[in-house]
Amino acid sequence: MNAPNASGWRPEMGSAQGSAQATASGDRALMLEEPLIFELGRPGTCGVDIDDAALEPLPALGRFLRKDAPALPGLSEPETVRHYTRLSRQNYAIDLGPFPLGSCTMKHNPRLNEKVARLPGFADVHPLAPQQTVEGALEVINQLSHWLIELTGMHGVAMSPKAGAHGELCGVLCIKAALEARGEDRKVMLVPESAHGTNPATAAFAGFSIENIPATADGRVDLAALEARLGPDVAGVMITNPNTCGLFERDMKKIADAVHAVGGYVYCDGANFNAIVGKVRPGDLGIDAMHINLHKTFSTPHGGGGPGSGPVVLSEALSPFGPLPFTTRTADGSVRLVEEENAVAEHPQAFGRMAAFHGQMGMFTRALAYILSHGADGLKQVAEDAVLNANYVLRSLEADLDAPFGHAGSCMHEALFSDAGLAEGFSTLDIAKGLIDEGFHPMTVYFPLVVHGAMLVEPTETESKAGLDRFIGSLRSLAQRAKAGDESLKSAPHFAPRRRLDETQAARKPVLAWKGDAA
Amino acid sequence: MPRYFTQDHEWIEVDGDAGTVGITDYAQGQLGDITFVELPEAGAALKKGDAPCVVDSVKAASDVYAPVSGTVTESNGALEGEPELVNTDPENGGWLFRLTLSDPAELEGLMDKAAYDEYVASL
Amino acid sequence: MRYLPLTPADRAEMLGVIGAATVDDLFVDVPAEARLPGTIPGLPNHASEMAVERHMTALAARNVSAGSAPFFLGAGAYRHHVPASVDHLIQRGEFLTAYTPYQPEIAQGTLQVLFEFQTQVARLFGVEVANASMYDGSTAAWEAVAMATRVTKRKKAVLCSGLHPHYVSTIRTMARFTGDVIEWASPRLEAEPDTAGVIAAIDGETACVMVQYPDILGRVTDLAAIAEAAHAAGALLVAVVTEPVALGLLEAPGNLGADIVVGEGQSLGVGLQFGGPYLGLFGCREKFVRQMPGRLCGETVDAEGRRGYVLTLSTREQHIRREKATSNICTNAGLCALAFSIHMTLLGGEGLAKLARVNHSRARQTAERLARVPGVKVLNSAYFNEFTVILPKDARDAVRAMADRKVLGGVSLGRLYPDAPELSGGLLVTASELTTDEDIEALAAALEGVLA
Repeated sequence: MNAPNASGWRPEMGSAQGSAQATASGDRALMLEEPLIFELGRPGTCGVDIDDAALEPLPALGRFLRKDAPALPGLSEPETVRHYTRLSRQNYAIDLGPFPLGSCTMKHNPRLNEKVARLPGFADVHPLAPQQTVEGALEVINQLSHWLIELTGMHGVAMSPKAGAHGELCGVLCIKAALEARGEDRKVMLVPESAHGTNPATAAFAGFSIENIPATADGRVDLAALEARLGPDVAGVMITNPNTCGLFERDMKKIADAVHAVGGYVYCDGANFNAIVGKVRPGDLGIDAMHINLHKTFSTPHGGGGPGSGPVVLSEALSPFGPLPFTTRTADGSVRLVEEENAVAEHPQAFGRMAAFHGQMGMFTRALAYILSHGADGLKQVAEDAVLNANYVLRSLEADLDAPFGHAGSCMHEALFSDAGLAEGFSTLDIAKGLIDEGFHPMTVYFPLVVHGAMLVEPTETESKAGLDRFIGSLRSLAQRAKAGDESLKSAPHFAPRRRLDETQAARKPVLAWKGDAA
Repeated sequence: MPRYFTQDHEWIEVDGDAGTVGITDYAQGQLGDITFVELPEAGAALKKGDAPCVVDSVKAASDVYAPVSGTVTESNGALEGEPELVNTDPENGGWLFRLTLSDPAELEGLMDKAAYDEYVASL
Repeated sequence: MRYLPLTPADRAEMLGVIGAATVDDLFVDVPAEARLPGTIPGLPNHASEMAVERHMTALAARNVSAGSAPFFLGAGAYRHHVPASVDHLIQRGEFLTAYTPYQPEIAQGTLQVLFEFQTQVARLFGVEVANASMYDGSTAAWEAVAMATRVTKRKKAVLCSGLHPHYVSTIRTMARFTGDVIEWASPRLEAEPDTAGVIAAIDGETACVMVQYPDILGRVTDLAAIAEAAHAAGALLVAVVTEPVALGLLEAPGNLGADIVVGEGQSLGVGLQFGGPYLGLFGCREKFVRQMPGRLCGETVDAEGRRGYVLTLSTREQHIRREKATSNICTNAGLCALAFSIHMTLLGGEGLAKLARVNHSRARQTAERLARVPGVKVLNSAYFNEFTVILPKDARDAVRAMADRKVLGGVSLGRLYPDAPELSGGLLVTASELTTDEDIEALAAALEGVLA
């Protein structure tokens, strides 16, 4: 088998010892249990008043008409508000406390962004409305495009990708299109072992075979190994910088120069842009394409898993191949949309279209408001405070947790620890679950795969020193308990709305929908 | 029946030119709870080193390599409803697939039980 | 700066703990030539909330919002009334600022919502399982093609001519890189969709047949007939629903033989937002579940035996399977799925059926009034809330002229099919429960005016 279980993660449910006293309702003060809508709703209940239609459906529709209403429960408005409010209280969120997930950049989501995104002139506008009626919306997209280009020092930007992974795909397809235009069919994409799973998944989708680039002892891409592998069959590299171990790739420019010298391209995964925004322009390091997660560096809300937005900045070499549609500023200063209608004349080498319509406009308004709010000095401060906070965490905990690259200099915006030194039978998972009891969302665990039992802590710049100190104190306590072999950790969390959940059963016998009667 | 082992923790039991392949107890212990096994179809032609089979645990998907070349004759249907058999009985009831060997000489490169046990001890 | 809590005293103290003199010492790994000497040139310094609000409000004011004019646009994005409580609930910080539920013990809110959402989508579509959402309808449609090729081990997809052209373009773009063969021809201005043509294109190489329901021109296709033909050839039927409200009136595609049903959920809860973020819906038969892309939420129990929910079947996904994943997708449309689910919960099945009847009724009234405008012909024999009219001149010009008269009169086929001059007289007109009698009169008057 190939490296069974490289990350070291194993499911361990622990026992249920330490349960609280039972109540008749099943609720525990403000910890409220909540049934499914299928268990609550009743047929015929509706929380929306709709004046019924007088007109019968078209005769031609007769054979297509459904016989019964869909089997879906309805709730009145008060019941609906209560159901979702009660559910919301079972979630941890940035608004509640530190959310130090490495690589996710869980920074504060400014409410000004929510306000401006909801202005009717942005929220209530159809994507296919005549362009003369949506000049302000096109202006927003163009302004954001401009600032993303300026912040990264690149040439062009594709705004339409719907999320980071979608942006990666866009960048890789630009590379593929550029190679095709040169009449070359290069098969190999080089990806560091520490890369996020989306990188090889994306490259494989685009038809490349993936080869790993090893890392040096100080956690960076091995430049010599990379140079040795480069050749005419290499389409390019996909590098994350800062990398997934939270370290800046010092040789980034040399890597880019070496790849360019053999005719390849450099894709940069911009997930960690928060470490350098406003201070360093990736374009100055020679990259050809980089996706930007607006929901990371630019504060658009994570919403429980999405939506994201992944615009891709492009070098001069790759810009001609960027997908439709995008905005362009005309000679008279107005902004126009370039789509299929004008593509042949203006942008004939576009590799195609990545999705319907124009991109995640709701995220564009939020990100633009964020950039204008911070400005050049504020964004530089964002990067500096993010890096300061992460190094503060790193140095404060070095004595308690193994930091595999702590000896190699400062980290960037995230600090990486391993499970070395924990007592026999104790794992990163136990520390993570213990953190839940301490009132925090755990850091990223078991990623990157190159470090055993990895713990990746990204505090972001919106964490106060007091908040950091509390988090550090808890993580220190947990590290000590795990080293001492404190058994109660094995059954943490004790105080969360749920104890550890049986993920094995969920995977062996998947139950993905409510199977009871229609409510 | 003679049994051989690979460095990737597969075992193969051979009876003439018929082989039965599975993963070792060490491998299932490393994987944790197994949740699903993707098995090859009968008739599939395998070269030594191909990955006809994937063993899923909750957070990992591990390729199982063909220890020798041959043609698949059947897969262990019991694993569809009970993938946990690979955890509880990896070296017998939790077998994965059977094949007809095309080049029995390939067995010479594999370890016997004693050599495999020594190898595992060194890990 | 209002979003940055660290004070100069904090920074100094922290640098002391770290053992660095200045914060730039922490950036020592960045090559000197890449370190900006000052700040990003051209970007102004930070601005107050009121200054940013002024800037954004001025930009918003330059757009004609759908609510400020008679509005008849559809073509894959629909304007419906979203109940006031939806937007309040999704703005609760515990939903808005939560992450993907990878630590399920403190994410049961998100997870239970996803389980309810999956069930709602599956029932709406008439299928056994649905995922926790994808980016939008167009990318969901591509993922369906990719899944069908995995399941059938064939490489050809037959797309009906009435599939939204942006969806066609997205699929063709992706297929260019995977080598899948895509068969599609632009639609003809006929009252009924070309079911016979689609069936004739199915052969032993076909992985799937994709049919939009209702289609881009608003026509309704006989899915059962196509399902039969597809299955006889060993191919899958993929139905695409860009307007889920239609399923309050029309039979669910899963019940008509569709193996995979994808769609755009934007109609319910999400709003127009100039094209995004939207909500990809994806459902299929249970036997295909391990080939599905995207996140899946499943029911389980915790250590105390209480029911709970977790993300499951994760080994399909990129963070585990890497280059062998079913898709590279990472995020879903989280908050949009929540909005859809809340709206759907408020409506219930009977509410959705009522809403659908009102939509159809308003569209009927609009079509009957437009048929009385000299020169205008209604194309469809059947439609739900969107239909095609044929004008005696280029509809692109008519749309712009109507906009000048402050009427948002529909989407021209010329915009969607710039390479098909034979479609240039076509105009897509959509009504909904928000359409008033005054709106319909205004549209008729505007059309009369621009056609005179």
